Amino acid sequence: MGVALLLFLLSQVSPTFNLRAVDTPNDAGGSITLTWQIPEGLEHIDRLEIYRSESPEGPFEKIRTYLSPVTRFQDMGLENGKNYYYKVVITSGGETVESEIAGPVIARPQWFHKGRVTILFGVLIYTLILLYFIFSAKKGKELYLRPIAGLKALDEAIGRATEMGKPILYVPGLSTISDVATIASINILSHVTRKIAEYETKIIVPNRNPVVYTVTREVVKEAFTSAGRPDLFDPDSVFYVTDSQFGYAAAVSGIMIREKTATNLFLGMFWAESLILAETGASTGAIQIAGTDAVTQLPFFITACDYTLIGEELYAASAYLSKEPVLRATLKGQDAMKLLLGLILILGSIFGLFGITWFQKLF
Amino acid sequence: MLQRKIPLFIVFVMGFLMTVQFYIPHPVSQTLYKYVLDWMNGVASMAIVLAVGSLIMHHWRRLKKPEFAPYSAVALVSLFFMAILGFFFGIGEGSLFQKMFENVQIPLQATMFSLLAFYMASAAYRAFRARNLEATLLLLSAFILMIGIIPLGYYIHPKISDFALWILNVPNLAAKRGIMIGVGLGMMATSLKIILGIERNWLGG
Repeated sequence: MGVALLLFLLSQVSPTFNLRAVDTPNDAGGSITLTWQIPEGLEHIDRLEIYRSESPEGPFEKIRTYLSPVTRFQDMGLENGKNYYYKVVITSGGETVESEIAGPVIARPQWFHKGRVTILFGVLIYTLILLYFIFSAKKGKELYLRPIAGLKALDEAIGRATEMGKPILYVPGLSTISDVATIASINILSHVTRKIAEYETKIIVPNRNPVVYTVTREVVKEAFTSAGRPDLFDPDSVFYVTDSQFGYAAAVSGIMIREKTATNLFLGMFWAESLILAETGASTGAIQIAGTDAVTQLPFFITACDYTLIGEELYAASAYLSKEPVLRATLKGQDAMKLLLGLILILGSIFGLFGITWFQKLF
Repeated sequence: MLQRKIPLFIVFVMGFLMTVQFYIPHPVSQTLYKYVLDWMNGVASMAIVLAVGSLIMHHWRRLKKPEFAPYSAVALVSLFFMAILGFFFGIGEGSLFQKMFENVQIPLQATMFSLLAFYMASAAYRAFRARNLEATLLLLSAFILMIGIIPLGYYIHPKISDFALWILNVPNLAAKRGIMIGVGLGMMATSLKIILGIERNWLGG
């Protein structure tokens, strides 16, 4: 009798699930995250069910069924500020095991994303470094910049087109205006156009994106005006081609061959069409300068173009070409931040080698 | 003067707002983000009208130049033909518009894409000429990598595949990450310069 009672009591005690229900951190609210452990001895699971209720007494509503031993679930679409209770039920070999009830737990929206603290610190430190160099430049401090071959060749490329009496092709990438590479390219376009206005050469700017088209058109027009030659602006020189990636590649390849452009500038974001454009340009004998932050396209440009702006050089180009001390100062800021990141990487590697983990956990 | 100051002010306010928004998961911030995205879509829709106008005008002017006329005629006829098909006969499943898209546009795009194979061969020929130390190293690593990822490499020597993977995962990945760190910093610096109004070239000079 005593043994039977003991066995009955043991069967009623919930195995350890350690079910925890918490408000999902760093979200817009309406979500609760559940975590639990699969109790020992339940290696084979037929079914795992998750139940939710607004009261500890129930009724509990089944909200999800799994056929595998998962240990985490995010309940979404909940009402903020309301109490919720949860339990997990596992069916294994005909036996049903129920977890303890977790709750009450309330879903709430957060005002700060704690997972982004490291990014915020990084951004603040970087901003301070940039501002330091900007103010140093404003005080008249001389800053040395390493020469970038591709940018030094830009004047020569425009001059060559002028001498040959052939147009310059400027491709501002194939991405949208939301891409920083496109904005960097538009900044360079402004410099190039002013130089073109000085040399009285023709520029062709075919566009893939309608918004980029409207911006490049205004930039080219304004650049001709600011260079004192609004008369040189040809409304037909900046135009929209197509939204189709390979349709655009075909059209621009055709322009290079028909117009016999002397200089091709491919600056911005590119995908698979990069090699089609660069190889067609190379076959026409044009001098080609490319620049992109698309790591996978860089080898194609390096192979087929005369000069390539690699990654960050695309972003440095506008400041480099402007010769404005304040703009150039930001390049020194970039270098300083790179140095800082390099030191952090070296320190992290050394600490990692000696099994010290607190430094890595900081990030 | 106002023509420059107003855009700079809008960029500063919106740049600051969207930076702050990144750190706030609250629904207020999400609503603002959605609202800005809707605005972007609205602006893009208006830009499409301007862009199509530019396309038509560009090719219309070119019709008068004999050397460009055939290409521009094809572009204009195709544009209007597809527009008429879409507007008057629908773009649904089985429509002529859909058939034209699937049987003309897609094969043409695929043809352009397939040209890449030939361009890769010509680019590889140029890149792999061992003219200097860098080009020789490139040629060697490309050779090892190509041999290493095919079964033949394993039969020549079992370690070739491991070495090829090492080239891919260590020196290659290190260089890629170096570039990506620089790109990240460059993006941030460019954004900050535009938000603070230091960089004004996007206004045309």
